[in-house]
Amino acid sequence: MSVTDIDSRPTAAADQTPLTTPAGNTGLAVRDLTVRFGPFTAVDGVDLDFAPDTVHFLIGPNGAGKTTCVDAITGLSKATGSVRLDGQEVLGIPVRKLARQGIGRTFQTATLFENLTVLQNLDIAAGMHRSRWSLLGARSRIDPAIDEALEDTGLGHVIDRPAGILSHGQKQWVEIAMLLVQRAKVLLLDEPVAGMSHDERQATGELLHRLKRERTVIVVEHDMDFMRQFASEVTVLHQGKVLSAGSVDAVTSDPRVQQVYLGSGPDAEAEGNQPA
Amino acid sequence: MSLTSTERGDPSAAGPDEARVGDAGRGRPAGPVPGVPRRGLAYGGMAVLAIALMVLVPMFFGTFQVNQIGRFVCLAIVAVGIGLAWGRGGMLTMGQGAFFGIGAYVMAMHMLLSDAALRGPDTLPSFMVLSGNGELPWFWEPFRSGTVTVLGIVLLPALVAGLLGFSLFKRKVKGAYFAILNQALVAAVAVLLIGQQDTLGGSNGLSGFQSFFGLSLADPLNQQFIYLLACGVLVAMVALAYWMMRSRFGELLVATRDGEERVRFLGYDPAGVKTIAYMAAAMMASIGGALFVPIVGIISPTSIGVAPSIAFVIGVAVGGRGSLFGPVLGALAVAWAESSLAQAFPSGWSYFQGLLLILVIVLLPGGVASLGQRFRRRRADSGNGSTPDPGTDPAEPAHVPAPKGTLT
Repeated sequence: MSVTDIDSRPTAAADQTPLTTPAGNTGLAVRDLTVRFGPFTAVDGVDLDFAPDTVHFLIGPNGAGKTTCVDAITGLSKATGSVRLDGQEVLGIPVRKLARQGIGRTFQTATLFENLTVLQNLDIAAGMHRSRWSLLGARSRIDPAIDEALEDTGLGHVIDRPAGILSHGQKQWVEIAMLLVQRAKVLLLDEPVAGMSHDERQATGELLHRLKRERTVIVVEHDMDFMRQFASEVTVLHQGKVLSAGSVDAVTSDPRVQQVYLGSGPDAEAEGNQPA
Repeated sequence: MSLTSTERGDPSAAGPDEARVGDAGRGRPAGPVPGVPRRGLAYGGMAVLAIALMVLVPMFFGTFQVNQIGRFVCLAIVAVGIGLAWGRGGMLTMGQGAFFGIGAYVMAMHMLLSDAALRGPDTLPSFMVLSGNGELPWFWEPFRSGTVTVLGIVLLPALVAGLLGFSLFKRKVKGAYFAILNQALVAAVAVLLIGQQDTLGGSNGLSGFQSFFGLSLADPLNQQFIYLLACGVLVAMVALAYWMMRSRFGELLVATRDGEERVRFLGYDPAGVKTIAYMAAAMMASIGGALFVPIVGIISPTSIGVAPSIAFVIGVAVGGRGSLFGPVLGALAVAWAESSLAQAFPSGWSYFQGLLLILVIVLLPGGVASLGQRFRRRRADSGNGSTPDPGTDPAEPAHVPAPKGTLT
């Protein structure tokens, strides 16, 4: 990364910003989402609105249906209802087409291609915007989008390492960088800071806020402290239903939320407030 | 661990969907492709292989041994494809005999038809005179033409593998199930061939060839030419495999092997990726089979059945399935060991073969090709005392071989 590169980019980006803001970017609208596993209803008629330019947290006790919601939105679990991306129905379309529509996700345990380097991982993620024929050749140049994503996530120094040897936090950041190079409009992150140190959490939270520009960032999280610090919008799920939704203050002061989640005992509250 | 906070425009929106067809002129140059040998090493290795097989072998061995080695070379061509499909793609192709058989029988039909045409018009291949009904079966007809034969050798297996592969991979059939289905395929092909006594010689197979594309097989010079042709094809297949491994397709193939679902979330169809690798492997097996026929002089169901299909895989496993030259060297070595050991202990070879496969899978999943790397790592371990950082050595192909301890 040369100095001139860094200098020249902000102006170029500023030029492009008005062009690339999708006119009808209304985020992700979920209506009456229902997921059943046999007789068990994991997600029961959930309505969710994920606006662009927000970091929207999806929280709830274990088994509340958070991950199942994300699985349903990303096509991994069969669901009924409606999911609209910028007004277009996307529920039920195949996973790989969904990815091309701009919905990207990470998983609770990072699922990088561990035998490939960070660069190779990112190059594959960037590939959906290249022509099919580019698969025939070797990579001769590094896509500038990859360098930008590496800079955003602070991973430039590990570009040539096999993804399998990275630390847990670095793996999650590579996952996020992959979402950036695949130009996802909606980023669904499943517990991105689980197992991270305090500093790593802090850095990740700040990263999410930088990323939310023109994107919808949805985070499934257990860590209440992290949620309080970085959520711009929160939805609480409980037993497959939306229990409460709104700002952090509104949700945390909701007595129903305190009852099922935060206020289940003074211990839980104390635990949540402890600095990691 | 700090994340840069340079405020900047949205990188995901870098330009209004401009055509990102090639890399030309965009971004900084990429280094060598990780996980495959560098170009100099790979082409150097191919040159060494070519010189060893095409110059040294004919120089130091007699006609009979050269012919033997020619047979090994044909098996090595099959191995290159298995290395691609199994080592890089994780598809345990236990039924390559089926595709080997397609190539071999197509070539054999053409050679018998040419021989018959030399004896006179409307002459049937001699085995049909004894057992047939006096008419040439319909599926022999197209292979009178040399061009159709060559096309058939390349395209027929690709077609079969394409249809079979795509329908299996779409249904997410993988691992041991895929291997078993391949075995079933090859067993079915063998049974089918044995049943075709009148039209394909049944269990006797096809033999008694006199010419190969107009060259008399009785002439030792022509024999040598066919041997050199097989060697040339082998080197060309290694070059093709290298190109596929080095390309973005090759990286995507490894990614599909290690995380099929993840590939889907990146907008690719893993079934398509795997099918292409499977087709390439089938095509190479078919070409190996086609060259096998003029060199060995006979093709019968015993050369393409279940056991030979497993034998193909053993050579690849021993040499190192994920590496470029491992499958070739492994196939050559195992074939050589077979021909010399089977003479000494005719009944013991198959036990030895089975033992070899088990030992390699358990003790050395990366094959002999991974030995050097293991040794280097061990030396680095004992040298530093502390854990070495595999990322700092760009030459370290730590991430090359297939996952440990698994077959697929």
